[in-house]
Amino acid sequence: MSQVQRFFRLLLDAARDLLPIVAVIFVFQVAVIRQPFPDLAGILTGLALVVLGLALFVQGLELGLFPLGESMAQAFARKGNLTALLVFAFCLGFGTTVAEPALIAVADKAAAVAGGDGHIADTDAARQSYAFNLRVTVALSVGFALVLGVFRILKGWPIHYMIIGGYVLVVVLTNFAPDEIVGIAYDSGGVTTSTITVPLVAALGVGLASRIRGRNPLMDGFGLVAFASLTPMIFVLVFGMVT
Amino acid sequence: MALLEHISDTVLGTIFDILPIAAILLFFQFLVIREKPVNLAQIAWGFLYVLMGLSLFLVGLEQALFPIGETMARQLTSTQFLYGSDVAPTAPHWQDFIWVYVFAAAIGFATTVAEPALIAVSVKANEVSGGALNAWGLRVAVAVGVAVGVAVGTFRIVTGTPLPLYIMAGYVVVMLQTLRAPRGIVPLAYDSGGVTTSTVTVPVVTALGLGLASAIPGRSVLIDGFGLIAFASVFPIMSVLGYTTAAAWRRRRKAASKRDEESQP
Repeated sequence: MSQVQRFFRLLLDAARDLLPIVAVIFVFQVAVIRQPFPDLAGILTGLALVVLGLALFVQGLELGLFPLGESMAQAFARKGNLTALLVFAFCLGFGTTVAEPALIAVADKAAAVAGGDGHIADTDAARQSYAFNLRVTVALSVGFALVLGVFRILKGWPIHYMIIGGYVLVVVLTNFAPDEIVGIAYDSGGVTTSTITVPLVAALGVGLASRIRGRNPLMDGFGLVAFASLTPMIFVLVFGMVT
Repeated sequence: MALLEHISDTVLGTIFDILPIAAILLFFQFLVIREKPVNLAQIAWGFLYVLMGLSLFLVGLEQALFPIGETMARQLTSTQFLYGSDVAPTAPHWQDFIWVYVFAAAIGFATTVAEPALIAVSVKANEVSGGALNAWGLRVAVAVGVAVGVAVGTFRIVTGTPLPLYIMAGYVVVMLQTLRAPRGIVPLAYDSGGVTTSTVTVPVVTALGLGLASAIPGRSVLIDGFGLIAFASVFPIMSVLGYTTAAAWRRRRKAASKRDEESQP
């Protein structure tokens, strides 16, 4: 298949992926809220951009992010340098999370909650340092998650005991953490894994699992993202207890 | 021209987001691994595509979807729409919010189907399983999970019941399902909880939660507004485990009935 045909296929796929959103918005706007569309031309240009962007992103995944993740996994497995691999996993987790826009937004809101109910001093400086500490906490937890996850792949430990153990820890900590941090802690698990990190981490895990003898890429390669969304809950609950 | 300016601003913002990742990758690739990846030029092109694709995607979302999604969330949760008057009753019934639940489910499903991180994971899962795992089927299973999760989450905000109860119940269900699920699928199912909530879903769902919490007397926006993302991360684990367990069970039954037919003379 030629490049042009391939890209056309990707555009069609992207349009199909977007169809549900368009349908939902159209039905609700016309049938439930009964309001005319504001700025129809702007919406149509926007949709065209979304379709084009999604197609380009998927193309870039297959050309860039997946091969890079795989080639790095391969190189680390060949060199057999465990320390370097674990340091890399930590840096990848910490570095991609600390500047994540969704996390910054959540941390700022959390600081507003803590300031509003007298948990910390209600000043800009106190709120800023609270938000910053929270972000670093979450970033540390994601770094730790990837180290643990990579170690699990190397050892071939079954994932469900670790995840269920994590759940139990979340449940226990919830009983001791202040009420207002609980919602934020639970949400922080979902906001850490960004669109660029996920493909890289998935390719890294699968790449490692397929290079190590006795590991099955499907059974051992996945699971890094699961750790990265579980540990932030635990770390943020503890953060709420100690601050 | 405003659009072009917006695009170039977003490209700059995306470069800034990618910078730390690129720095880490470059550092380890060239100073620790110390070799050039064989297909360096192709990877560089790939990164350029990702950068451009993500930027256009975000500009388009901000232009077309976010404003209208947020307006809808606001309109559906306005006192005028909910109660037909400007004054909210002191004790609203949960049945008054039926359109909110329907909208929450529909928008949760629709935004998840378009989530780029989920596309990436499902493509990878399809590749790794040698095509046995259908990428589209996996995405629909995850989207159904998010739909149910967000709808239950809005019900929780309306009724004001405690969040930990729901999440703990969810964990118990996940644990029980794990016992019955095919072993190979468990890590992927756990992963699907984390990939559902990124670029597209978070802004719209957050707007819905905050709008809803402010429309109901006695709810605090800052405390009750949170928690929808947590629902959207637990329920897909259930739906993916359920989907794959059911698929495995159907395959076994088919195989069994085939064996029965063959064993008969």
